[in-house]
Amino acid sequence: MILVRRAYLINIAILLTALTLSVAAGPVYIPPGTALRILLDGLPGIALPVNWPETFSAILFKIRLPHAALVALTGAALGGSGAAYQGLFRNPLADPYLIGVASGAGLGAVLAMAAGLPSSLLGMYAVPAAAFLGAALTVLLVYSLAKVGSSLPTTTLILAGVAVSSFATSLTSLLMLRSNEELRRALGWLLGGSILGGWEPVMAVLPYIAVGLGALLVSGHALNVLQFGEEQAEQLGLPAERVKALLILAASLTAAAAVAFSGIIGFVGLIAPHAARLLWGHDYRRLLPLSILGGCSALLLADLLARLLLAPQALPVGIVTALAGAPFFLWLLRRAKNQAYW
Amino acid sequence: MLEINSLSVAYGRQLALEDVSFSVRQGEVVALIGPNGAGKSTLIRAASGVLPALRGNVRVDGVELKLLSPAERARRLAVVPQARNLPPAFTVFETVLLGRTPYLGWMGQASETDRKCVWRALQHTQLSALAERRVGELSGGEQQRVLMARALAQETPILLLDEPTTHLDLQFQAEVLNLARSLANNHHKAVLMALHDLNLAGLYADRVVMLVHGRTQFVGAPHEVLTEHNLTAVYKVPVHVMPHPEYGSPLILPDGRSPEPVEGRGEAQP
Repeated sequence: MILVRRAYLINIAILLTALTLSVAAGPVYIPPGTALRILLDGLPGIALPVNWPETFSAILFKIRLPHAALVALTGAALGGSGAAYQGLFRNPLADPYLIGVASGAGLGAVLAMAAGLPSSLLGMYAVPAAAFLGAALTVLLVYSLAKVGSSLPTTTLILAGVAVSSFATSLTSLLMLRSNEELRRALGWLLGGSILGGWEPVMAVLPYIAVGLGALLVSGHALNVLQFGEEQAEQLGLPAERVKALLILAASLTAAAAVAFSGIIGFVGLIAPHAARLLWGHDYRRLLPLSILGGCSALLLADLLARLLLAPQALPVGIVTALAGAPFFLWLLRRAKNQAYW
Repeated sequence: MLEINSLSVAYGRQLALEDVSFSVRQGEVVALIGPNGAGKSTLIRAASGVLPALRGNVRVDGVELKLLSPAERARRLAVVPQARNLPPAFTVFETVLLGRTPYLGWMGQASETDRKCVWRALQHTQLSALAERRVGELSGGEQQRVLMARALAQETPILLLDEPTTHLDLQFQAEVLNLARSLANNHHKAVLMALHDLNLAGLYADRVVMLVHGRTQFVGAPHEVLTEHNLTAVYKVPVHVMPHPEYGSPLILPDGRSPEPVEGRGEAQP
C-alpha cells in the first residue's frame, strides 16, 4: 500500500515538474519560480505582490498554459488508451493506433481538405473534426467487421484493424498523389503534430478525453479479470463481451480525440504503460492511472525537448518521443529483464 | 442441483453434443468420461453457460441457466478450467481473489470477508505458503491447484472440473480428488468433473457418465458403467477390469499385448 502511494507521489511530482518546465521554457524564458508565482496569483482568492512584467502573465495564460494543457491531455489519453488496449488484447505490442485510429484520422483529415471544407464550415476546426470522425468511423468499421455473431475474437479484431488501417493509409496516399499543396499541409499537420494554440482546442478535447479516461479508470478490475481470457472472465461473473465493447469504445474515443488535435504521436501510448508495468506491476487498477500520469509527463517532456533542441525551430514532437523515449525504455527493460513482468 | 436436459450443442454446423441428459445432486460426485473428442470439455463449457445450447437446457436448482446474469451464474457454479496460459505476473493470492468477482462491485474492492475466504481456499488447496509467488513461476500442478482454489473462493454449491488431474503427479491427483470428494461429502456440493483417467473415475465418483461422439452412452454407478464389455466397445482396445483390492471399485488394466487398430474416433473438439 505504501509502495503504491509512493508510486503515485513520484508520478505526480514528475508531472508537476514537467508542467512547470513546460510553461517556463520558450522564446521568452520565464524563470520556473516566477512562472509558479504567476500561476498561483491567477488562482481565485490568491493575490501575490506583482513583481513580474505584464507580458509574462499574458504569455503564460494565453500561450504556454493552454499549450501545456493540450499536450498533457494528449499524453494522458495516449498512456491510458495504450494501457487499456494492451490489457484488452492481452498483447504487449498493442498501442492506441492498433485498430485504426491513426489511419482513420489521416484519411478523415485528407478527405476533408480534398472536399474543400476548411475555410467554410468549421474554420480552423475542420481538420480536427474530420480527423476525429475518420478515427471514430474506422474503429467502428473494424469492430463490426471483426464481430462474429455476438462475440468479438481478439485475433480477428487485431487482423481486421491491420487490414482496414492499410486500406485507409493507401487511400490517403492515393489522394495525396493527385493533390495540391493544401492537402499535403493537412497531412503534414497531422503527422507533425504541430498543435493549435489557445484554449479552444483544450476545451474541445476535454469532454471526450475526460469521459473516455474516466470510464477506463474505473475498469481496472474488469481488465484484471479479462487477463484470464473471455471465457474464464465470463465464468468468474464478468459480462465479458459487453465490458470489452465498452472498453474499446472508451479507449478509442480517447485516442481519437487526442489524435484529432495533436496529430499522430507514436511511442508514448506503447511505452508509458510498459514503463508503469515494469516499475509498479501488472495490476490494472493502478496500472491505468499510472500509465495516464506517465503518458502526461512523458509527452510534456518530449514537447519541451522538441521546442528547445533546435530553437527557434520546433521539431515534430513524434520524433522526440521515440528519440528520447526508446533509450529510456530500453534502459528500464534491461534493468528488469529477469522478471516475468508482462 | 445441476440438471442437463436433452442438451444439444453445436460448433458451427458440427454437432458436438446431442441430446445429453443427466443430473448432479448436492453431495454427489459425477465423473464425465469418454474418448478424446467425445465432448467432455464441451459439456463442461455448456454447463457453465459460456456455450449456448442449440436445443435443451441447463438448470441450476430449477432455474434455467441462460436466464441468469454472468454474476448470478458465477455465484451458483464455479469452473476449474485446465491450467493453460494463465497470466504469469499475477500472484497466487491475486489470482484466487479474482474468484470473488461475482461478489465484488465494478471496481473490485475486496472486503475482509473476501480475503478470509481466499485464505480458506488457499489452505484447502495447500497453497498458503505460495500465496505471494507469481503464478508464472509455479509448476503445472501448482497452477492447477491455484485454479481449484479460485473456484473454491467463489463459494458455489456446484463445482465443474475440466480434467483437474491432467498435470498432477500421484500425490496431488489424490489430493485434488479427495478435496472434491470431501467438498461433496462435508460441504454438500454437487461436483461434476471431466476425467481422463478411468481408474480415478471409478475410485472417486458416485456415478459415471460416459460420452461417446457427443451422446451419453452409459450412465450409472462405476461398477455398472466401467465393465470390460462397455470399455472395449467404446475405446476399441481390450481391457481387464478387476475390483480395487481395498475399495472394490473397478480397476481398469489395458491388455497391452494385442491392441486392435483404433478407428472411428473422430475429433469433435475445437
